[in-house]
Parts: sequence; C-alpha cells; structure tokens
Amino acid sequence: MSILIDADTRVICQGFTGAQGTFHSQQALDYGTRLVGGVTPGKGGQTHLQLPVFNTVAAAVAATGAQATMIYVPAAFAADAILEAAAAGIKLIVCITEGIPVLDMLRVKAVLRDSESLLIGPNCPGIITPGACKIGIMPGPMHTPGHIGIVSRSGTLTYEAVFQTSRSGYGQSTCIGIGGDPIHGMGFIECLRLFEADNDTHGIVMIGEIGGNDEEQAADFIQQHVSKPVVAYIAGVTAPPGKRMGHAGAIISGSQGTAEAKISALEAAAVKVVRSPAEIGSGMQSVMPS
Amino acid sequence: MHLHEYQAKRLFSDYGIPVPAGQPLERLDDIPGLLRSLGGSAWVVKAQVHAGGRGKGGGVRRVEDEQTLRNAVGELLGSRLVTRQTAAEGLLVNSVLVEQTVAIAREIYFGMLVDRARERIVLMVSAAGGMDIEEVAASDPDAILTETVNPAAGLQGYQCRNLAFALGLEGKQVNAFSKLLAAAYRLLLECDASLLEINPLVVTADGELLALDAKVDLDDNALFRHPQLAGLRDNSQEDSRENAAQQHGLNYIRLQGNIACMVNGAGLAMATMDLIKLHGGMPANFLDVGGGATAEKVAEAFKLILSDPQVEAILINIFGGIVRCDLIAEGILQAISEVDVTVPVVVRLEGTNAEAGLALINQSSLDVLTASDLTEAADRVVASVQARDSS
Repeated sequence: MSILIDADTRVICQGFTGAQGTFHSQQALDYGTRLVGGVTPGKGGQTHLQLPVFNTVAAAVAATGAQATMIYVPAAFAADAILEAAAAGIKLIVCITEGIPVLDMLRVKAVLRDSESLLIGPNCPGIITPGACKIGIMPGPMHTPGHIGIVSRSGTLTYEAVFQTSRSGYGQSTCIGIGGDPIHGMGFIECLRLFEADNDTHGIVMIGEIGGNDEEQAADFIQQHVSKPVVAYIAGVTAPPGKRMGHAGAIISGSQGTAEAKISALEAAAVKVVRSPAEIGSGMQSVMPS
Repeated sequence: MHLHEYQAKRLFSDYGIPVPAGQPLERLDDIPGLLRSLGGSAWVVKAQVHAGGRGKGGGVRRVEDEQTLRNAVGELLGSRLVTRQTAAEGLLVNSVLVEQTVAIAREIYFGMLVDRARERIVLMVSAAGGMDIEEVAASDPDAILTETVNPAAGLQGYQCRNLAFALGLEGKQVNAFSKLLAAAYRLLLECDASLLEINPLVVTADGELLALDAKVDLDDNALFRHPQLAGLRDNSQEDSRENAAQQHGLNYIRLQGNIACMVNGAGLAMATMDLIKLHGGMPANFLDVGGGATAEKVAEAFKLILSDPQVEAILINIFGGIVRCDLIAEGILQAISEVDVTVPVVVRLEGTNAEAGLALINQSSLDVLTASDLTEAADRVVASVQARDSS
C-alpha cells in the first residue's frame, strides 16, 4: 500500500524529448516506474527511450491508458501543459517545472477546482513510492520501502527526511514534495488525509517553511483528524522578514507566516516539532511505538 | 521586482489611473527645464527608493519656490535615505520625483494583490488612507474592506460599487472610483503584477480622485513576457552581492552574522541557517547554489561569501541527489585552491557517493574540516569561530 501511486501506475512524461524530460524519464525507467510513453507536440509517432511519443496528452491517454503525468516543460508553457493533462482526464499531474508566473497558476487552480485531477507542484521534486514508482527528480536509491509518509514544501529537506527515516529503519510509504510556490496543487492537508487513511503508513513527517499559513491550517487538521504520530520541521527561524528565501512562497509578510507561529500551532496540535533538521529521524523514533 | 514610484505612475497613466502632474529628475541642471514643462507654484520632491516610510525618513519635501526646490533636490540626489524599511545604511537616491502639490480633502487606502490562501486576486480598501496598512490590519481589521475576484468573471462593477459606497464616496466619485479599480485590475493582469498599492488614494478639494502614491511589484517569474518592464529594474536599490549572485545563478541573501553557509536547495539552505543559530552561532547569509553545483559555481559562491568582511567561517552543506558528492567535493577543492580562502571551512556531504566525496577532501592537503552529519558540522563550524575569537 501507498498513496496516489504504486507499481501499477501508468505514467507519461510531458516534455518527453527535451533534456530534462529525457534524463528524468530514463531515471524513472531505471527505478522501475511504469512509464508508458510521452508527449512532445510535433513529434507524435516517433519513438524515444523505446517508448511511443504522442502529439497530445489526449492521444497518449487513449493509446496507453496513462493515469499520471510528469511535466518537464519550460515555465512559459507549463500552465498549458497542466490544463492539457487535466482536460485529457489524467488523475495525477506532477509538475516539476520551476518559475511559473503566479497569475498562470491562479488560472490553472481555478480550472482544476472543477476537475477530478490532482496536481502536485509546481516547483517540486515530485512523488515517489519507494520500490514501486518514482515520478520526479528525487534520487531513487536512497529511498527504502517502509512505513513513514513524508510531505514537504522543500526538495532537499525532503531528501534529508528520507535519508534519516531510511537510516533509522522505518523506510517510507510515499514521499511527496508539494513545492515551494505560493499557489500550488495538493497541500499538507490533502496529503495528511491520504496518509491517515493508508494502512501502510504508520507515521508522518511534515516539513514546512516560512510564508503563508498552510502549516497552521495543517495543525488544525492534525488535531482533529490525524491519529498517527506526526513529526514536523519548519525551516526559516532565522529568515529576516520580507526577504525571499529561494522559494517565492517563503516570504514573511506582516505577522503572518513566521516559523515561530507555525511551530507553536503544530505543538499545540501535539505534533513533535524538531528544532534541528538533523533530528527528523530521532524525532520519529521518539514518537513511534516500539 | 519592485518598481519606483515614478515608473509605477507612468504605468498608471498608461492605464488611465489619474496621477498628479509630475516628472522624475536625475540632475540638478534639469530643474529649469522641468519647471518650464511642469509649471505650478508649489511642489513635492519625493526620493525614489525601493522602500516605504519615505515621508518620516525625510525623503518627501514640500517646497514653494525654485531655490528651496533646488536645495531639496540637491540634498536628496546622491544621498542614502534611511527609513524604517531599509537597512541601516539606507538606499541610494538616484532620482527624485517632482510633482505639483494637491489640495487634499480625504485620503483612502487601496491595494490589490494575489492572495495565496484564497488563490484569488483580492482588492482591499480602507478609509484610513496614508497609514501603514499592516498597522491598520493589526489594530482595526474591520476597517479594511475586501473584494475577491473570481478569475472566470473578472472584476465586476458591483464589487467596485460595494467598496465605493462603503467608503462613503458619492456622486460621480463612485463611477470614477470604479473606473480606477477596473484600470488597476487590468494593469495587474496585463503586467503580471503581484502587488499594486495606492496609499494614499486621495479625493482632492475639487472632488477628483488622484493616486498620490504608487507601489507596483512585478512577478519575477513573468518578466520573460514583459521585456520592457524587465528593463525598469534598478540594481542600485538591491544589495550588490545579491545582484552578483543572480548573475551566476546563485541565490544569495546577506544576513548579519559571521558564519557563512553554502548549500544546495532553498529549504536546506534555510535549515542550515537555523542550525547554525541553534548551535550558538549566527548565520552570515542564505546561499542556495542550486542543483548543479559545478566547480565554477562553487568558486563564485566562495568569492561572494568572502567579499563579506564579517565572515569568520564557512559551512558547506550539500545533499547529493542527482549530483554526485564526489564531483561536488572536486569542485569544492578546486575552488578553494583557486580562491584564497582564509577562514575555516567545514564540509558536510551526504547522499549519492558521499563517502567518496569526503575521502577526497580528507586526502587533500587543503585545510578543510569534514563532518559526518549535520549536528557535527554545525558544532565544528561554531567551535572554529569561537576558537578564532578567543585566540
């Protein structure tokens, strides 16, 4: 068991024949992901990485029965790519692309409200169910099949959490990088809800950062709906207000979005908040039944 | 990206938002020409810097004759203006905006921005114009009225009227206000602005609406489709090191401490700063070298870090994913041998080929400390600074 993806998930890649798409599609294939083809407008009918290339997502879905897509197209075309995938009925859209204009995402999200597609990202490492399916840019080998669900706004911090939960012997059920942009797809709450319902997930790691109030809302949700142990880490205690720390979403505006406010909200919800990123694994050990 | 007030007001004019008669000025010699075309008998001179609180910082001067105007412009141009929003050294004033004075009957606040929680464009108004909106939000949140725009329909007339009547506008002001809001909404969409603020929006003694101030922030991610707007960037208003970093694909922000860090990934970079603080040190910067940490990039990052005289030690924290740690280690060693690094360096490598990377560093003749985990890395770098300070 896992959430959202497993060994049977049929995946396509949008931006398949580009440099990024090619590299990460090969990595996904090497990991064992059931990649069934890709889309590059104008290159339909060709073969790439021994897989069929299609002109449109609709054609790819019709021919392969694809359920998930990974998007590696440049920022200027990413909104179009997400909407094309949703229109073609793709259930899970994973958009890795960084630097999409915020108004593009605003329009995309308005359309997705009326759609059954789920979006992960943009500007994220993607999603992986260890040993089964990798959709994204995370390094596969450090993951271990297991029982910790990881949801994170930051890429490299996710790797840190994966590394530590692998080392402490728990492994991961599914890891999701929800991305650092101010307007994005699935949030903490949607992921927490799925992890709570997944029998194979025994504990949850949540990694947040300064900006917005997603972590505070997640704290409310955890208090009411999550029975599994949750360990959280919030990055940005030392970040000065008003400065953009790499991610567009990570701006403290006014009193909203400080790391301290998020930490207090989570602690009030009985979440184990670790102050050091090095303590994610040991924090998990302290809350998991032995 | 921030625009200067005079740049924002030009955009306002292009979109039909009324602004006071005014012109920007960069040289004292241009004053006679400016006065000939601008006219009037009393003016306001406003320092053009990317920070609020200019009035209280002495950056806005009211003058009533040419000599006082000349004095005010002379004092402001080339000076550094310090306000509550700037760093202690202030911001360089390269230009001023000279405007005709306006007889003000009342001041209103108007702002429009992308609200990340609602995932919508939100309009905000308040009768408390001229005040810091964050203060109003904290002390009297009910004084701020909002309307949320559904992107499918766009900004509607009733939403503008709701705000206009709530503010107590009357007669032809209601229509003028609605037109102004519609123009601002169009500007925000067409220019990919992430924030548009008019504070104050004034009703003049004649009953006309006028944008007395103008603040527009553009979405950096959308500048690729607005080359003309991208050209309005004023690098003098940003930290010179942050500008240099950007040119090399590095993301750098200077902080106040003495322990520099070099990290791959924005989240891990923030976490590394926090870790330094947690272990009793003070981070000197945020620095994300990104995914492809090549030797060249690492060398540039070293140069950037070492150009800050406060730096007394460097912590390199790399989590090798797709990029292999042994390649990164080679890059670090090459960079250290090229750049004259005179402060202690602690390296923590984890992830793909981490052991090979650490072995390379340990075998080298360069004076670089390695750490097997994050905690040890933080302890070592903090200890190295304390050792320097006590010797």
